[in-house]
Amino acid sequence: MTSQSQFYHQTRIPSTYARWWGHFYDNKFSLMALIVFIFICLVAVFADFLAPYDPTHTFIDAIHKPPSWYDLGDTRFLLGTDYIGRDIFSRLVFGARLSLSLAGAVVLLSASSGIFLGVLSSFANPWLDALMMRVMDFILALPSLLLAVVIVAVIGRGLPNAIYAVAIVLVPHFVLITRSAIKHEIPKEYVTAMRLDGASKTRLFYHSILPNILPPIIIQLTLAFSTAILEIASLGFLGLGAQAPHPEWGTILSESHNDIMFASWTVTLPGLAIFFTLLSINLIGDGLRDAMDLEQK
Amino acid sequence: MLYLVFRQLIHLVLSFFVLTIFTFSLAQLFPQGISFIIEAESNNIFSGETSQNLVNQTSNFFVSYYQYISQVLSGYFGLSTVRGTSVFDEFFIYFPATLELSFAALFFATGLGLPLGIFAAKHKHKWQDKVIVSTSLAGSSIPIFWWAMLLVLLFSLFLGITPVASRIGFEYDILPITGFMLIDTLISNQDYATEAFISALHHLILPAIVLGTIPLTAITRTTRSAMIGVLSEDYIRSAKTRGISAVVVVWKYALRNAMIPIMTTLSLQISVLIAGSLLTETIFSWPGAGKWLLEAVNRRDFPVIHGGILAIASFVILSHILLDFLSMLVDPKWRHR
Amino acid sequence: MYKFSVFFLAAFGYSFVLVGCNNNQSSTVRDKILVYCSEASPQSFNPQLVTSGTTFDASSRQIYNRLIEFSPGTSRIMGSLATRWDISADGKQYIFYLRKGVQFQTTNFFQPTRHFNADDVLFSFQRQWKKNHPFHNVSSLGFPYFESMELGKLIKNIVKLDDYRVKFVLNNPDAPFLATLAMDFASILSAEYAHQLIPKNELSSLDTQPVGTGPFQLTRYQADAFIRYKAHPDYWKGKEQIDGLVFAITPDPSLRFARLIAGECDLMAKPLPIHLRAVIDYPKLVTLSEPGSNISYLAMNTTKKPFDDQKVRLAINHAINKKLLLKIIYHGNAEIAKNPIPPNMWSYNDTVSDIPFSLEKARELLDSAGYSKGFDMDLWAAPVQRTYNPNAIKMAKLIQQDLEKINIHAKIVSYEFGTFLNKVKNGEHHAALLGWIGDNGDPDNFFSSLLSCAAARSGSNASYWCDPDFDQIITQAGQKSDLKARTQLYRTAQEKFSQSSPWVPIAHSKQFIITHERVNNFHLTPTDGVYFSGVTLKPLHKTEQLSKQAEK
Repeated sequence: MTSQSQFYHQTRIPSTYARWWGHFYDNKFSLMALIVFIFICLVAVFADFLAPYDPTHTFIDAIHKPPSWYDLGDTRFLLGTDYIGRDIFSRLVFGARLSLSLAGAVVLLSASSGIFLGVLSSFANPWLDALMMRVMDFILALPSLLLAVVIVAVIGRGLPNAIYAVAIVLVPHFVLITRSAIKHEIPKEYVTAMRLDGASKTRLFYHSILPNILPPIIIQLTLAFSTAILEIASLGFLGLGAQAPHPEWGTILSESHNDIMFASWTVTLPGLAIFFTLLSINLIGDGLRDAMDLEQK
Repeated sequence: MLYLVFRQLIHLVLSFFVLTIFTFSLAQLFPQGISFIIEAESNNIFSGETSQNLVNQTSNFFVSYYQYISQVLSGYFGLSTVRGTSVFDEFFIYFPATLELSFAALFFATGLGLPLGIFAAKHKHKWQDKVIVSTSLAGSSIPIFWWAMLLVLLFSLFLGITPVASRIGFEYDILPITGFMLIDTLISNQDYATEAFISALHHLILPAIVLGTIPLTAITRTTRSAMIGVLSEDYIRSAKTRGISAVVVVWKYALRNAMIPIMTTLSLQISVLIAGSLLTETIFSWPGAGKWLLEAVNRRDFPVIHGGILAIASFVILSHILLDFLSMLVDPKWRHR
Repeated sequence: MYKFSVFFLAAFGYSFVLVGCNNNQSSTVRDKILVYCSEASPQSFNPQLVTSGTTFDASSRQIYNRLIEFSPGTSRIMGSLATRWDISADGKQYIFYLRKGVQFQTTNFFQPTRHFNADDVLFSFQRQWKKNHPFHNVSSLGFPYFESMELGKLIKNIVKLDDYRVKFVLNNPDAPFLATLAMDFASILSAEYAHQLIPKNELSSLDTQPVGTGPFQLTRYQADAFIRYKAHPDYWKGKEQIDGLVFAITPDPSLRFARLIAGECDLMAKPLPIHLRAVIDYPKLVTLSEPGSNISYLAMNTTKKPFDDQKVRLAINHAINKKLLLKIIYHGNAEIAKNPIPPNMWSYNDTVSDIPFSLEKARELLDSAGYSKGFDMDLWAAPVQRTYNPNAIKMAKLIQQDLEKINIHAKIVSYEFGTFLNKVKNGEHHAALLGWIGDNGDPDNFFSSLLSCAAARSGSNASYWCDPDFDQIITQAGQKSDLKARTQLYRTAQEKFSQSSPWVPIAHSKQFIITHERVNNFHLTPTDGVYFSGVTLKPLHKTEQLSKQAEK
């Protein structure tokens, strides 16, 4: 892919990222998913303006109102109210903010520790490396939710603990991907060339290796982000994550689960929120992966 | 061949070792520390000394770890603080339910996933393929607990064709001999044995579908990509030109070679099934190990929490090793070493 | 290739439909078995050890009998294992004539060789009473009713006159004594079974593998899943019409309702108001209701600051909007409480004024007590549904909101019910949402169990409030047999209670149960007990598809 300059016959070769973006852009599904995801992020950021009410405010006279387009609905509450009279639309909007920021915190935590450990491990002495791999393999082998539940059981339930628990569960993914990407890069010729030139380990790392291992790490970040949202929602559903009255989507589902027969909208709507968020992130991840694959060919 | 077995055994022992170190350290964080598992039999190891002294003496990591592991290996996981029963025994009461559910889910996932994946591979890039791929992607983005709620709302409450919860109708008194309801109903010598069997099957359907949905999407996707890879190979083309029917080609030649990535996927799905069963068992009130563990977390029953994760994790490790072993058997690269 | 996949999918779908539609088979097994969706697992199968209604439903009310019982559906007493009784003139001696020919249950672990006689009565009471009795310390749960009602102090002696006559000698006259003997903890156990357990050293089996004289015997129990009973073939009133009874333990109320409409259960315990409203759409369901002899309250632990200050307690009373609680939690199916006993209990003092909802008064009181800045506290609520409180956690949240308005920051603390009760008994709370269901139609049951000094010592008085004047009044009232005198004393007690306000009394709720129309002859009792003796079932028909009728 080259582009021609107008005056000189200079070919401008777009950078990897630009090419990546180009592939991604061509894939209509990924693009659409990205737009949806940006929309959700905007909703989360501007929640204060979008939500008509405080998500924890209970309207005692409006319990279990169906969405406004039903006969029994109330135009004050676009998507209806829950079992205690809280506006569902406001809760979902603030829930978006909560889910995205929680997942962001989790990914930040696990990615930074994971990448750090991965880098350390690949440059450390082989015995330590092997030990680290054993431990990481072990954590990876365990079912993620099970591990998160047990961690929460020990350190207690609630928001910050849920973040730590899920972050711990996701660390091995980053360690492994970082390490394998680095191991993949080191044998390459340009690295050997740099080493022959006398580059120090630090310079080697920051200058040559790091830029080239970013693609798989970025993909892992999107995967981890979607996993984090799901795990936090699952913990919330089990009553071990965000506690009521936090409008976390999973917690909302745990509260409305009881009324599924009479107020199905309190179940379908939060679930759809989770579903679309996860779907868009997964599609973005898929799109990035396809783009990277195309790039490699 | 022996080498393979040996290798797997070493893996098993090492993994189990790491697991016990993990659970041992975890148990240190419990309010009463590791006293729930070491206290009881302590008089056998150091006769005459009180258990209180022993717990105080556990400044020595290796000694207490040795005591811990000897307890664990002898099948003693402590007593439940809520009910006073042996954690080890309780696990074997509840775990078969989870196993039965997981098998049913896996059966559903492979039974539907393999054909769908093959079908998609055959119609690569055509609309059938696109539909399957997109539904697959959608399916892997659905939170299990929500999916369960939707299915229950539709099939159990609205249409009334599936039961709401539990493993079997309450009117059947089935003794838990194996723990697998499907087997226990048939071997029970009650006159309603077959009726009970059908009831058990009936109760198994919806939870199995819910639990099996994510593995279904994974298996479909892997089968599809593996089959696409395989079907484009030369030997497939030559088989077809030789006149071998499409069905035989797919099942006898192609699938064999696609099996390896599929088995890797199956291995990954074990963890997915266990994690999913935590949520599925909650919604369907299925008396399995997941529900047992969650209730223990809610009741702060630490011996059960510890025993639960130790037992479940051991099972996961064991099945991984077994599946790895099986896939190595299937893989021709290994077979003729 | 196509054909294979198509065939497989078709077979799969067909088997699904086949098994699904099989649901309609009229099962003769199901016809004779009553399935009850209960709300929690029992703590034990021995009613002596607990106070929870759930445990009584699973044990004393099905497996055991007592000397005296309540006439079904009422609070009138009648003889059961005792056919008649004589009371001495001074009210201190009771002679009970025991029923002959009563058989204990034969189970997998016990075969009775004799009929019920006086030895069993002696055993059942002495176990709770005598500290050196071999079975006294078997369970860590203790004997909450026996102790809080101070029967140890009341009873001077229990004498076996002969095999079928037992004499109770009391230290002082006690008006409610007969009603007390009808309570669940006074169930009669088998002395023969107990003695068989001693050499085997399996004493705890007395409580986990029960043997009684009642209409149903325990066959199998799976914790948190189900309890199975079968009809006692030699029950002295005659074998029950239903062959088997199953308690399907379902803590989630909506799941209970879902099971009921799916036909998996025939009755459901403790329906939520939303279920009561939904019954209209299901013609085969019947709602039964009964004014409850209960109270729901917020107990404030007077041993912990600042709840030792009466002004603070009064302030909290003023700050809570009870009308709102009734509307949201009970959906109107309750009455506001101002006294510890319900309005349908004799001696209820209506002249006591309810503490009005007033934030200004609340703030005034807090200021004068020196807490104008407010304070932090914990507010305990259990995650279970009780007759007196359908949703304690929700109530706690609403109270939390109310208290915030006067600067009191309440943190909600919750535990699994059994653990919750134990911790409250140990006094770990600042304030706890609790309740009580009257057991015997006598005010003494409420006052002594919940507000007496003895109860403060044994832990069932959650506010640990021990006022000597108040205590004296209720003790006196418990001893006199003159109804008028007792009424006067209880009325005074209620006034004292209102002045001290160790509680915020919240509501008296109605009790409901929803049943399938095939269940006949089932009655609710004022004490909120579930008794299945005498219940009959109509067989299920092939067209029994409740949910189809529900299509909206």
